[in-house]
Amino acid sequence: MNRIEGRVKVTGLATYAAEYPVEGVTYAYPVQSQVAKGRIARVDDREALAMPGVLAVLSSERPPELAPEAEGELALFQSREVAYRGQIVAAVVADTYENARAAAAVVRVEYQPQAHDVHLSTEHPGLYRPKTVNPGFPTDTGHGDVEAGLAAAATTIDVTYTTPVLHNNPMEPHASLAYWDDLGRLMVYDASQGATSGRDIIARTFGLPRDAVRVVARHVGGGFGSKGTTRPQAVLAAMAAREVGRPVKIALTRHQMYDVTGYRTPTIQRLRLGADADGRLTALEHVAYEQSSTVEEFAEQTAVPGRVMYGTPALRTAHRLVRLDVATPSWMRAPGECPGMYALESAMDELAYAAGLDPVELRVLNDPETEPGSGRPFSSRNLVGCLREGARRFDWERRDPQPGVRRDGEWLIGTGVAASTYPARRMPSKAVVAAQDGEFLVQIAAADIGTGARTVLTKIAAETLGVAPDQVHVEIGDSDLPDAFLAGGSMGTASWGSAVFRACEDFQRDGKEGHADTAEEIAKDAELARHAFGAQFAEVRVNAVTGEVRVSRLLGVFAAGHIMDATLARSQFIGGMTMGLGMALMEETYTDEEFGGFLRRDLAQYHIPANADVPNLEAVWLEEEDEELNPMGSKGIGEIGIVGTAAAIGNAVFHAAGHRVRDLPITPAKILMPRF
Amino acid sequence: MKQFEYARAASPADAVRRFEPGTMYLGGGTNLVDLMRLGVAQPDRLVDVSHLPLDAIEQDGDRLRIGAAVRNTDLAAHPLVRVRYPMLARAVLAGASGQVRNMATIGGNLLQRTRCGYYQDVTRPCNKRRPGSGCPAIEGDHGNLAILGASDSCVATHPSDMAVALAALGAEVHVTGPGGDRVIPMPGLHRLPGDTPERDTVLEPGDLITAVELPAPPPGPSIYRKVRERASFAFALVSIAAALDLRDGVVRDCRIALGGVAHVPWRAERAEQALIGGQATGEAFLAAAEAELELARPLPRNAFKVPLARNLIVRTLEELAS
Amino acid sequence: MDITLQVNGVSRAVDVDPRMSLLDLLRERLALIGPKKGCDHGQCGACTVLIDGRRANSCLALAVAMDGSEIVTVEGLAEGEALHPLQAAFIEHDAFQCGYCTPGQLCSAAGMLGEPGPSAVTEDLRADPELTPAEIRERMSGNLCRCGAYPNIVTAIAEVAP
Repeated sequence: MNRIEGRVKVTGLATYAAEYPVEGVTYAYPVQSQVAKGRIARVDDREALAMPGVLAVLSSERPPELAPEAEGELALFQSREVAYRGQIVAAVVADTYENARAAAAVVRVEYQPQAHDVHLSTEHPGLYRPKTVNPGFPTDTGHGDVEAGLAAAATTIDVTYTTPVLHNNPMEPHASLAYWDDLGRLMVYDASQGATSGRDIIARTFGLPRDAVRVVARHVGGGFGSKGTTRPQAVLAAMAAREVGRPVKIALTRHQMYDVTGYRTPTIQRLRLGADADGRLTALEHVAYEQSSTVEEFAEQTAVPGRVMYGTPALRTAHRLVRLDVATPSWMRAPGECPGMYALESAMDELAYAAGLDPVELRVLNDPETEPGSGRPFSSRNLVGCLREGARRFDWERRDPQPGVRRDGEWLIGTGVAASTYPARRMPSKAVVAAQDGEFLVQIAAADIGTGARTVLTKIAAETLGVAPDQVHVEIGDSDLPDAFLAGGSMGTASWGSAVFRACEDFQRDGKEGHADTAEEIAKDAELARHAFGAQFAEVRVNAVTGEVRVSRLLGVFAAGHIMDATLARSQFIGGMTMGLGMALMEETYTDEEFGGFLRRDLAQYHIPANADVPNLEAVWLEEEDEELNPMGSKGIGEIGIVGTAAAIGNAVFHAAGHRVRDLPITPAKILMPRF
Repeated sequence: MKQFEYARAASPADAVRRFEPGTMYLGGGTNLVDLMRLGVAQPDRLVDVSHLPLDAIEQDGDRLRIGAAVRNTDLAAHPLVRVRYPMLARAVLAGASGQVRNMATIGGNLLQRTRCGYYQDVTRPCNKRRPGSGCPAIEGDHGNLAILGASDSCVATHPSDMAVALAALGAEVHVTGPGGDRVIPMPGLHRLPGDTPERDTVLEPGDLITAVELPAPPPGPSIYRKVRERASFAFALVSIAAALDLRDGVVRDCRIALGGVAHVPWRAERAEQALIGGQATGEAFLAAAEAELELARPLPRNAFKVPLARNLIVRTLEELAS
Repeated sequence: MDITLQVNGVSRAVDVDPRMSLLDLLRERLALIGPKKGCDHGQCGACTVLIDGRRANSCLALAVAMDGSEIVTVEGLAEGEALHPLQAAFIEHDAFQCGYCTPGQLCSAAGMLGEPGPSAVTEDLRADPELTPAEIRERMSGNLCRCGAYPNIVTAIAEVAP
């Protein structure tokens, strides 16, 4: 079964947020702060207001009313304080995009600038221990005595890895189209990963009852976390529409996205590992240093993988955060696991070399019986199976561990392995199924951001109802549909699928209508450790002349419960792995210490992988039967593909070139100048 | 984008006649429209020269004349360019994307502006964009900026691949303008920043490039090679255009030009001089590369370009010699 | 300014602001939402259309400069209900996820298949190369896909390539 929306997507008819035809639409264009910290003394909008087609200028001079509950990045124009360079400080509304943009360029904002600080370091005096880390995990955990474990170890390593600011960069820029109807109801077409949560946030921000807001997001051009929370442009569109009494459309530019739609925090991660003479871990310590803004606290859960991955008598994981004069970081594909597993799995490779062990065998040897951080049993865990299957397919047995010795002309060749993990959770959602002219209508406010949600929910409904998929019509992407969790945390299909499954069961009692609300069912789920696992194998070529690194082969083997649709699953896995390849070799946003803010805010300078970077990419999986997950027996697959990829590639680069780069991305500069 | 007037020129002379201060010529638009949208370029008037009959590639004895409005794709696909000037075909194909190459003209390719992040951001200082405002790149983001010929005012690099090949080939740039017609030999079109980095080239206001003329190709094999961390659709970290003519192991002629290292396509004349007349050995190639790179003044984050350029020169010459 | 262009075979006369891009003209004035705005600077390829038969970034083309041109967008690839072979192959090989880069990928592929000459990865410049997967990857690198559908895109195009 091909993607249900395939035809509308290939014919150009699929409608994304900024593309709904609305009578009398106007255009808003934001003005961004040019200082990194300070206070707005004055906004002079006279010249802008005199420009052709300009309808309004919004700013903190006359703060448009929002509810007292409006918070963080969404409390637009409510304060005169500037928290970071690039923050939205004003906006112009005009009859055309060209007029709005031209007028925005002449809005004069006078600042009282203050000294700013945008530099993350492990020595920063402002570092503190956040109360929890995203999405509510304990900040620091541990058991046993790490120092004693290290002291008793036959082999130890103490290494620090750094990762840069990374940007989600979905292909569709964040966009919203808003209007207020005759009854005062607010309609927002939004590039959003969750219509229900988007509606709730917008309602709270404007002090409206939830049913006075409708959010529609039928097609979303990728998000990777950055559309998981409502972004300022949605509030701005609604605010501006109220101001001018007409529909307002705003599509952020690619440059603006870098500032106001979230990013992955840079990390500094220190790993200390010890192993006994056999290679069994005696201690594992993972401390992550990260940043957030002064607007909001976002603490990425970077050190959590150590709580899941390997058995050890002594474990310590900790997070330290500093609030800088920077934009607010947020979710980017596999927050926590992605950067954390880059460091942990690189460190495991270093430990294997230090101990003279095979990196696959080291991981197998330390595979735990129960979840190390909690002591809970796993609902299922097949990391060892993934490692073994990958090793078989990659001919790992014949690998010479010696680094820096395989050469093909200018190219040094190496292979590397890393493990992957991602939690398998689900969240309460509601669904309704009804019979309609011999067909079955399934309604749920789910989101399809490219995952294939519409398609897989159709399959779940058809199988549960025992009918053909083409008899089932699934309606999603609208907050007027039954409330659903957002597309995030690899929880979409598990959450929505559970609701659709139960609604279909309910339907079968009378054949007319079925309802489900999975809140109670999920509350009763047993206390188990539920995670997907995987193993990534990379073969890289490192050019000895130029320092260029090319990935010649990438293989992911995953154990993620029951795979419901092989085609969609493969696409998710390889997509995640491709983003991991970008993280390993090219992705980086430059923080401008002198002026604050980011530089290279475009796709010419922030390189995401191009087609030519991805020659040979395979994703396979081990089918798992796990009845402790959800009615489908599935684990989420949207994020695990990116987890471990960068480590596998980095480990392969070490194997090829013979020196370890501990600072992403691994660019020619760092290959050519090892101390760069 | 600031409001502007638009007109199509009927002929090169008409274009020049329409020129007045505030006018810019519009070719394929792939860089100019980009810069206008950023607010970096703010013309009052665009004179569209993309439709002028300057789109022919004509053979003239052992020379080749390329109209300034020829699209990059057509240049690289032209049989004579592929066979006689493979270095040029490869340089063009190494640049941008298929779509951009379909739009971009030869004249416009030569007149691309730097991709330095400060230059492209009108909210930050930049001596090239706003003379006298300063060059934050020197202390800041210069990882892909110049190691050769830079100044205290500017460390920008010229982004074109094609221009590097043209510099190695010794192409001639034909220009018409208010001051009449003239011919500028490459690499002389572009200039080092000095204390006037706002000027990329020696062109005067109103000058319009009408053609690029290639002399007979240099004897011997030639190469264009581009280094970048993304495998395609990325500007060069360093690139090289080179040709080597050997007889009995002795270098008779040699052309080396580097991209991604300077405000101009950098003709490595020191290296060429060191090689010509000498034995074509690995030691000689290394000595030549080092002679050239003695001139390098790298900054902390672009210092890798020195070993990269050295390796590239040596390896390229070795390949040409074999 | 008044301009006239052929869009998907239909003559359209429009009065445009000189600052308007071809992309914005198509999307905001002519209700053709197939061409996508991903970067607005020619760096992603989502806006790719065919201008006079050649693939081009419509975000970098000023609408006024397109007077007299023939434009084909993704909406113009299919023949009525019958999909273009590339469109069918993209569906069959799951060559997209979010779908936002897809119209640009399709127009780019359609243009690329008719483009002469070598590419940056062609060994022998003198011969017109076969469209191997490596050739397709290089020629399609002007179309970024953040979902990472590249291997499927290459498979789909290879199926249609001569």
